[in-house]
Amino acid sequence: MAVATQDTAIRTGRAVRMSIYLVLILFALFYMLPLYVMLVNSVKPLSEITGGGMMSLPDTWTIEPWRKAWSEAQVGVQATGLRPYFWNSIFMVVPAVAISTVLGALNGYVLTKWRFRGDTILFGLMLFACFIPFQIVLIPMAAVLGFLGISGNTAGLVLVHVVYGLGFTTLYFRNYYAVFPTELIRAAQIDGASFFQIFWRILLPSSGPIAVVSIIWQFTNIWNDFLFGASFASGDGAPMTVALNNLVQSSTGVKEYNVHFAGAILAALPTLLVYIVAGRYFVRGLMAGSVKG
Amino acid sequence: MGFLDIDNATKSYGPVEVLHKVDISVEEGEFLVLVGPSGCGKSTLLNMIAGLEDITSGEIRIKGSVMNGVHPSNRNIAMVFQSYALYPNMTVGQNITFGLEMHCVPKAERDKAMMDVAQLLQIEQLLTRKPGQLSGGQRQRVAMGRALVRDPDVFLFDEPLSNLDAKLRVDMRTEIKKLHQKLGTTIVYVTHDQIEAMTLSTRIAVMNGGYVQQLGTPKEIYDTPANLFVATFMGSPSMNLIPVTLRGDGNALFAEVQNDAGKTMRLAVCAPTSALSAYEGKTVTMGIRPEALTDRDGADQRSHHVESFPSTVLVTEPAGSDTFVATTIAGKECISRMRADANVAARQRVDFAVNMEKAVYFDPEIEQRIV
Repeated sequence: MAVATQDTAIRTGRAVRMSIYLVLILFALFYMLPLYVMLVNSVKPLSEITGGGMMSLPDTWTIEPWRKAWSEAQVGVQATGLRPYFWNSIFMVVPAVAISTVLGALNGYVLTKWRFRGDTILFGLMLFACFIPFQIVLIPMAAVLGFLGISGNTAGLVLVHVVYGLGFTTLYFRNYYAVFPTELIRAAQIDGASFFQIFWRILLPSSGPIAVVSIIWQFTNIWNDFLFGASFASGDGAPMTVALNNLVQSSTGVKEYNVHFAGAILAALPTLLVYIVAGRYFVRGLMAGSVKG
Repeated sequence: MGFLDIDNATKSYGPVEVLHKVDISVEEGEFLVLVGPSGCGKSTLLNMIAGLEDITSGEIRIKGSVMNGVHPSNRNIAMVFQSYALYPNMTVGQNITFGLEMHCVPKAERDKAMMDVAQLLQIEQLLTRKPGQLSGGQRQRVAMGRALVRDPDVFLFDEPLSNLDAKLRVDMRTEIKKLHQKLGTTIVYVTHDQIEAMTLSTRIAVMNGGYVQQLGTPKEIYDTPANLFVATFMGSPSMNLIPVTLRGDGNALFAEVQNDAGKTMRLAVCAPTSALSAYEGKTVTMGIRPEALTDRDGADQRSHHVESFPSTVLVTEPAGSDTFVATTIAGKECISRMRADANVAARQRVDFAVNMEKAVYFDPEIEQRIV
């Protein structure tokens, strides 16, 4: 009998393998091209861009466009750069991600371990949040925000994103907790742990992978959201995405492409960081529970 | 009134009643085993004692106080689960003391209790490890430690040995029995393994279809099963059930049975009761344990009612300590338990000996034992 190998990859010849790698490398280069264009043009003086040669490396290296995009560019009324809007986004995204993730975890906990009559229907209804297009809720949401007196500022955006994110976070945590052994909850009950003690002491410490998935998903969606930001936050309260749009779309003066590129990278940086830091948990978390380990 | 009283407890899910009027009284220090096939309601009953499932009607009392509606943590019980249910994010030590922590026991006291239990179960060197780093047997010990440290009134075990391999299961079985003898605690233990039930218990409740079929000591259950279900479920290989016709000749009662040669044999019924005599002329089911059906040399020497007859061996199964021999009696395949070195071979004609003192009789209609 042949010895079973640990390697589950399909064995191929050397030539086949080389061509696979070649194709893959070409694809990788193709996908990285926009990033390359953005990077090299953000460190060039404007004259080099307007003189043609988008693809070439800069003759003179400069970080002036970055500085300008961050703190000097004309975005709103004042020439503040993107900096205040960057902080707007941070103040929106951090509470929105934290609240929606914690609430999603609590929902998942209740929907799987404290079942009640009609819980599957309730869960089904919550899933609607994942499928309803943003545009449909714009006007009712505006009315609600106006009624609560938090329209046009960061608090309003936090509420919008928490409400919209709950469907996804609940889905993630419910499915993760569905395979979490119920005997552990029962053991903790017999040990005398309360509803929240079980949640904090037993369930949450075991939820690392799915929490990472939820955080990445929520962070990217909320950070990159444009529609809600443009609709519900105006002027100085606008998030980064809206500010970037204002910077690039400004119709006065010279189009400073190098500053626009730098600004775009600044706007994309936080999500990139989140992916790099937590990315390997992302795949692991998505796969968790699918194969018994 | 006992230490743990289950008084007419029923359990329904909607219109479906899964547990019908269970009535068991457990004395202090008793080891009660609930045994039965899957879906018989034994785990449901255990969860009702633990407070993890509601009691639909009836009462459960521990030390005389009614437990209906009392939260599991306030019943002073501890439970060992089939999957051990160790908290994966905590060390062994934290696992053991979690319950004490939740009951606000001071740290110094917790640590002392933990060390005592760890010493008792010989798991001192494991206290700083995580459950994921332990073997099955070690996890089992930790789970028992977590139960012991609470010093509860009643221990509940839910198939605690099912996840272990065969050898370890036998070892842990002995450990649990030793522990029970040493601590003298009251235990309710659920299993589907009838050997575990026989070896561990002081009393057994055999359950099927939501009913307690029989409640009694292991010996009572084994020797005088209340009905055909208990007779076949308990014991391995299970009891031989042979249709016989009862005949009387004035003062003695005989069980008439045809052997495989078509010859009718008359086996004298030992000490027939009046209830049994009433079945004279009718066909009843005679139950014979495999060890009561042997060769002539292996028959119980103290028994005065050994009947023997020849029959052809179908197959032999040497099991090391015994040899199981299959033959046909009254058209039914029967298993006989002989000594390991019994000199029998397949297709051979052998004299089988029946110890009629051990025979029991069932009414084939209502499947109850005739007493």
